[in-house]
Amino acid sequence: MVSEITPELVRHLGVLARIQLSDEEVERLTGQLDVIVDNIAKVSQVATPDIPATSHPIALENIFRADEVGETLTREQALSNAPDAADGRFRVTAILGEEQ
Amino acid sequence: MTDLTRLSAAALADKLAAGEVSSVDATQAHLDRIAEVDGDVHAFLHVSDHALAVAADIDRRRAAGESLGALAGVPLAIKDVLVTTDMPSTSGSKILEGYMSPFDATVVARSRAAGLVPLGKTNMDEFAMGSSTEHSAYGPTRNPWDLDRIPGGSGGGSAAAVAAFEAPLALGSDTGGSIRQPAHVTGTVGLKPTYGGVSRYGAIALASSLDQVGPVTRTVLDAGLLHDVIGGHDPHDSTSLAEAWPSFADAAREGARGDVLKGLKVGVIAELPDSGFQPGVSASFRAALATMEAHGAEIVEISAPHFEYGVAAYYLVLPAEASSNLAKFDSVRFGLRVTPHANSTVEEVMAATRDAGFGDEVKRRIILGTYALSAGYYDAYYGSAQKVRTLIQRDFDAAFTQVDVIATPSAPTTAFKLGEKIDDPLQMYLNDVTTIPANLAGVPGISIPSGLAEEDGLPVGIQFLAPAREDARLYRVGAALEAALVDSWGGPLLDRAPVVGTRGGVR
Amino acid sequence: MAKDKLMDFDKALELFEPVLGFEVHVELNTKTKMFSAAGNPAHESNHGAEPNTLVAPVDMGLPGSLPVVNEEAIRSSISLGLALGCSIAPSSRFARKNYFYPDLGKNYQISQYDEPIAFEGRIEVELLDGTIVEVPIERAHMEEDAGKLTHVGGATGRIQGAEYSLVDYNRAGVPLVEIVTKPIFGAEHAAPELAAAYVRTIRDIVISLGISEARMERGNLRCDANVSLRPRAAEGEPAAPLGTRTETKNVNSMRSVERAVRHEIQRQAAILEAGGTITQETRHWHEDTGTTSPGRPKSDADDYRYFPEPDLLPVAPSLELIEELRAALPEPPAVHRRRLKADWGFADIEFRGVVNAGLLAEVEATIAAGASPAAARKWWTGEVLRIANAEGRDASSLVSPADVAALQSLVDAGTLNDKLARQVLEGVIAGEGSPQEVVDARGLAVVSDDGALIAAIDEALAAQPDVLEKIRDGKVQAAGAVIGAVMKAMKGQADAARVRELILERAAQ
Repeated sequence: MVSEITPELVRHLGVLARIQLSDEEVERLTGQLDVIVDNIAKVSQVATPDIPATSHPIALENIFRADEVGETLTREQALSNAPDAADGRFRVTAILGEEQ
Repeated sequence: MTDLTRLSAAALADKLAAGEVSSVDATQAHLDRIAEVDGDVHAFLHVSDHALAVAADIDRRRAAGESLGALAGVPLAIKDVLVTTDMPSTSGSKILEGYMSPFDATVVARSRAAGLVPLGKTNMDEFAMGSSTEHSAYGPTRNPWDLDRIPGGSGGGSAAAVAAFEAPLALGSDTGGSIRQPAHVTGTVGLKPTYGGVSRYGAIALASSLDQVGPVTRTVLDAGLLHDVIGGHDPHDSTSLAEAWPSFADAAREGARGDVLKGLKVGVIAELPDSGFQPGVSASFRAALATMEAHGAEIVEISAPHFEYGVAAYYLVLPAEASSNLAKFDSVRFGLRVTPHANSTVEEVMAATRDAGFGDEVKRRIILGTYALSAGYYDAYYGSAQKVRTLIQRDFDAAFTQVDVIATPSAPTTAFKLGEKIDDPLQMYLNDVTTIPANLAGVPGISIPSGLAEEDGLPVGIQFLAPAREDARLYRVGAALEAALVDSWGGPLLDRAPVVGTRGGVR
Repeated sequence: MAKDKLMDFDKALELFEPVLGFEVHVELNTKTKMFSAAGNPAHESNHGAEPNTLVAPVDMGLPGSLPVVNEEAIRSSISLGLALGCSIAPSSRFARKNYFYPDLGKNYQISQYDEPIAFEGRIEVELLDGTIVEVPIERAHMEEDAGKLTHVGGATGRIQGAEYSLVDYNRAGVPLVEIVTKPIFGAEHAAPELAAAYVRTIRDIVISLGISEARMERGNLRCDANVSLRPRAAEGEPAAPLGTRTETKNVNSMRSVERAVRHEIQRQAAILEAGGTITQETRHWHEDTGTTSPGRPKSDADDYRYFPEPDLLPVAPSLELIEELRAALPEPPAVHRRRLKADWGFADIEFRGVVNAGLLAEVEATIAAGASPAAARKWWTGEVLRIANAEGRDASSLVSPADVAALQSLVDAGTLNDKLARQVLEGVIAGEGSPQEVVDARGLAVVSDDGALIAAIDEALAAQPDVLEKIRDGKVQAAGAVIGAVMKAMKGQADAARVRELILERAAQ
């Protein structure tokens, strides 16, 4: 199975993953991922429709906690590692995007 | 008092309990050792500036007649993937340089409560992605057996610290072999518990369905003692198992004493032939099996037909989950922030920060994982990889109806030289071929030293795997073989390690 | 930007058939959040909490943090699913919805994707004229809310032109149930009304279950309205394919839901009639201008890379639990309404007035707080509704049922007369406090001291000396002028009936 890793795809993936990639990085990653994906693509050969997927290695269910207030961070703790904060809130530069 | 650093944790704990030595002295001895050798080994990213104060407190409490845990007063190194309130937690990455967590990882909290004395945070491949610790953003750690060679990864720092006698105990994490493979290349002991056996709360997540925290030590008993402290249910971790565990230290003692090997059925995987391993590694593996047979064990060939897909499945599941787990590093709430220019939008700041803060291997896996999960590719990649997990679990289930434990060499080669495989990611990934299946299936695995490879004199480890929840079995079997091998060697393998520190060097 | 052309509504309905869909998010009022033990800001005890004071590590994605499911939220979600007539999944899982935004603590939202906890339901929605419309429910699933962003530096706090934004993670992790309908056909001219009635019905259900404060103005209940049009098929012809739909967000009241749906129908009809095509997009409702505007299209809007949440285990409710919750369900809305009407003894038209104003839950709660049915109805459909209409807001958002009941009890106790009570109500709505607090602050209580009244009466009589004569002659109504003067002197803070009594006593002396 030939993989479809192209520089355009890598650039698009970089956008999805919010990592700014240089042209050099895109080229290098394209080559490396091409080889890797060719190698790992063989999983689809053996993963036939009759085999169920396992997302949790140990099967558990209904793991809950009681609806009681527990340890919460103080505001100081929450903001303690903030790169920028104002008025008790985290500050970020302008967002371009949909309204909330 | 340098010989304090040569004691096993169990021996040191006995002396502490008997009042023969103080925790302050023991801690000081290890701090001195770190100062002596860590300039060369670089196992530590951060050394605690208040370890002596903690040790003094333990001594004071002991003197006051307080009843303390078995390991109270024993120093402990902590892999930097585990968050600590009193020391930075970087996960080996620049994006978390200087990060101070407001909470302790559960295993750290339990260690403190047991009276262990944290010495510092150890080096690792960035975000635990790697098999050599060469992907640390803070420079590699060097193998105490040969400073030009890798100490394994991702937990090379913890293994090297223990192998260089800078700490008697260390905490590590294992997602695809990150405890077991470093144990193999450094002649130490490492165990990955059954998935859910030890809390992941506070372990900076790599692949949530594969990660486990475990002990890194020089002896099986020491691993059992540490595992007893850190293991067990944690309500903060939904995936942690609720059942009570037996004492692993007791299991190790039982293994060392008794006839555990007699009648033990040991499975050897047909699909992992000797030809896939460095000759000295296979030879050491076969010799260890022969020792077991001499003690009454039966070697059985078993088939695990889907193990060959393990590496491929792993390098789909891990990057996919990691790409999501690492999305939180975005400059907003903590960590590095890079603002490219005055009018940068937050998206530009995020992208520039992640470009600057993540190393190449991390970027590679995030991009790969994003691809594996993206629309149109899920079924072929991530979805298929999750099916391979099912097949590998079935292989294990079938195997364990025939054998009690499965044995493999812990890795294909001995410690390779720094820089040797760094430019070939795929080659690097193949280091994990024997360790990955246990993470995919959730079963426990241990690596103990099996000897030195003839061609290079470097350590080799043998790995044992047991059914899920049968961690105690690994302690029994591991301790039994360890006793037999150490007996045949006339002393622990590490006694034969070159003396680090003759070159001196200060951090 | 040019204003959107709108086609006349009736004409639009002549040419096109509107098809609706709704996604309603309900904030549960559990004590703690969905996946963390931090206090839930949607619980009334946390109202007004300072930013970033209700945050646990997992809510802000701190390294090493992990989610743990709130058991009560599961129960509430199942109850809601049952009340919506849904089947409850024997096993359902959480999934990660991956995207980057500063209000997401982890840059993924834990939600449910292809395994919702409840699915395939239906509810009855009653229109103003009593028609019942059956709305099909596709699914109800659990997820967590995002934090709150405040944009600074732009015009009117909008995101466009903002210099920077501030993030508060209190709301991050609040339990949400998202209710998604199937496409709704056949509403025709009642489409806008149906939209509001649907939201009102959901609101009534969650209030009766006690699982949400359901205050739209606080964001406890949020509605995204999907609208599409398709040309009417001629008789005997098959129906045209479904049109492209738009999704309208930022609809913050039931009044807005109705207006937004009407607006979208008119806007889309104008475009289609002119030969244009509808862009599939998310639009933003503007209450002040009564229009929608396009949201910025997201480049990765559709690739959320869903995968099962590895940190959480499947939810598999036992049959016992489901039956326990089913048995505890309150009666369905229609049955409930019939019972209330009988209990309260209202005439048909009086009861319809309450229902059509969307104030059934409020009147019910006011009665539960101690007021008589007549008084509750009088206040809500009278003064409160009048003020709501004048201000263009939902009546339910102006004042709480508890406050209305307290107000009425002040009137019953004689502390206030009707006129004063209306002043107090205005004060409560303006946020000056509870009724008693407003009375105290403004000094509005009726003066009950006869001495003060007699003094005022004497003064008024001195100014109008012939009144006493007239009363003694049998012209009792002459007292009216004196009462008026006394009330004015007392600034209305007197019980007019008592003043009259005292005047007549005076005359009898």
